[in-house]
Amino acid sequence: MAEQSGLRFTETHEWVKQQGEAATVGISQYAQSQLGDVIYVELPAVGQKLEAGGRLGVVESVKAASDLYSPVSGDVTAVNDELKDHPEYVNQDPYGKGWLIKLQNVKESGRLLDQQAYDALVEGQPH
Amino acid sequence: MIATAERTPLYDEHLRLGAQMITFSGWTMPLQYSSIREEHRAVREAVGLFDLSHMGELRVQDPALGQRTVSRDLSKLRTGRIQYALLCNEQGGIIDDILVYAVKDGGYIFVVNAGNQDSDFVWIQSHGAGARNVGREWALIGVQGPRAVELVRRLTSEDLAGVKYYSFIDGRVAGVDCIISRTGYTGEDGFELFCANDDAVRLWRTVLDEGKTDGIRPAGLGARDTLRLEAGMRLYGNDMDAKTNPLEAGLDWTLNLDKEFIGRDAIVTARERGIDRVLVGLKMLDRSIPRHGYAVTDQGKGVGVITSGNVSFTLGYSIAMAYVPPGLSRPGTPLTVDVRGTAAPAEIVPLPFYKRPHPK
Repeated sequence: MAEQSGLRFTETHEWVKQQGEAATVGISQYAQSQLGDVIYVELPAVGQKLEAGGRLGVVESVKAASDLYSPVSGDVTAVNDELKDHPEYVNQDPYGKGWLIKLQNVKESGRLLDQQAYDALVEGQPH
Repeated sequence: MIATAERTPLYDEHLRLGAQMITFSGWTMPLQYSSIREEHRAVREAVGLFDLSHMGELRVQDPALGQRTVSRDLSKLRTGRIQYALLCNEQGGIIDDILVYAVKDGGYIFVVNAGNQDSDFVWIQSHGAGARNVGREWALIGVQGPRAVELVRRLTSEDLAGVKYYSFIDGRVAGVDCIISRTGYTGEDGFELFCANDDAVRLWRTVLDEGKTDGIRPAGLGARDTLRLEAGMRLYGNDMDAKTNPLEAGLDWTLNLDKEFIGRDAIVTARERGIDRVLVGLKMLDRSIPRHGYAVTDQGKGVGVITSGNVSFTLGYSIAMAYVPPGLSRPGTPLTVDVRGTAAPAEIVPLPFYKRPHPK
């Protein structure tokens, strides 16, 4: 798995990259590989307030619909509209083009995993 | 105690190809090798290779037993031909949907769903002697897609031109004794090849190798499901079950009600009384994905249920099969689907959703 600098992860397989009070959120490489082909992503509206651990949206693969949870609290300032036409970006580039939302006024949840801890978590799960 | 899932003779091949395996109807099967989307596309545009060895095969030697248990008039089925048919219970509910092969010796092969093979066999035996369950002796390999026929032709000296859609011959493919059957569950042209378990790996590898120049991909149950949904083919257990009447499932054309078979009288009664739900196709008018079990609604009121739904990779929008009242079943009727509390717009469309461009 490629090393992603500055990313932290939830146990529910979302990632967050924080820069001061701003943050970008997506799902991990492991999550996309487990989901398989992503065909639809339901994201919150810009302006919506999210709680850490609260429901962020839904990602649908051919196989199933899965809930997404926000790694941190904050206000949604942008959603990745490109995913409407290209949900496959989540599979192809989960840490880049496949990002989900951007947040402002971000508050730490304090329960995030660094890359090493997340990799250890994923190691213990079925591939 | 959890029963151990059965394995097909191609199990190790799937692992070697990096398949993600799942348990389906009691069998460990490949869900996908690379990507369901790519496997689906390969079958629509080139050729895909499927392990279908989990499917059941029953030999029914006594023609009268076949005639008594199957919804169609098998006396009209000529040797070497195949028909889609139903097994029904006394109440007219669908026990299984099957393919019936009329064999040279006057008997039949029933190709049945994996999860029903043992119960079908017990049920058929309860109505007469002379049936044999050969499902675990036979492997089944599907070669499906616009390049499938040409690919198989390169691997056999048999004259495949005479093997029309829904017919079969005995013959050798890649040096392996097979039943070569012009059938499939994808909406594409192609073959399904039945062979002995011991020959399955050789046949699988040879077709996969020869098919490289055609752009062949091994395809798993994920793509099989999205392909058959586009082709409007019902999936037993999802779209119909023992509580479903064939008229409700839109399978009237599989019924020969002018002959006796188990369930016939109940179906005739249901036809006279009328049915209160019918299987339809739905096209979603937004991007949401309808799933099995979601409610179909009309002006906020529940009127039906989705039985299968997914994105259609070929058509570029979401599609579903659903039961709705006959009064709401006409193509063009606007309805909604309850997708996580949101009424997603949809409309009734004719089945199948997809037909291949030049059927042979």
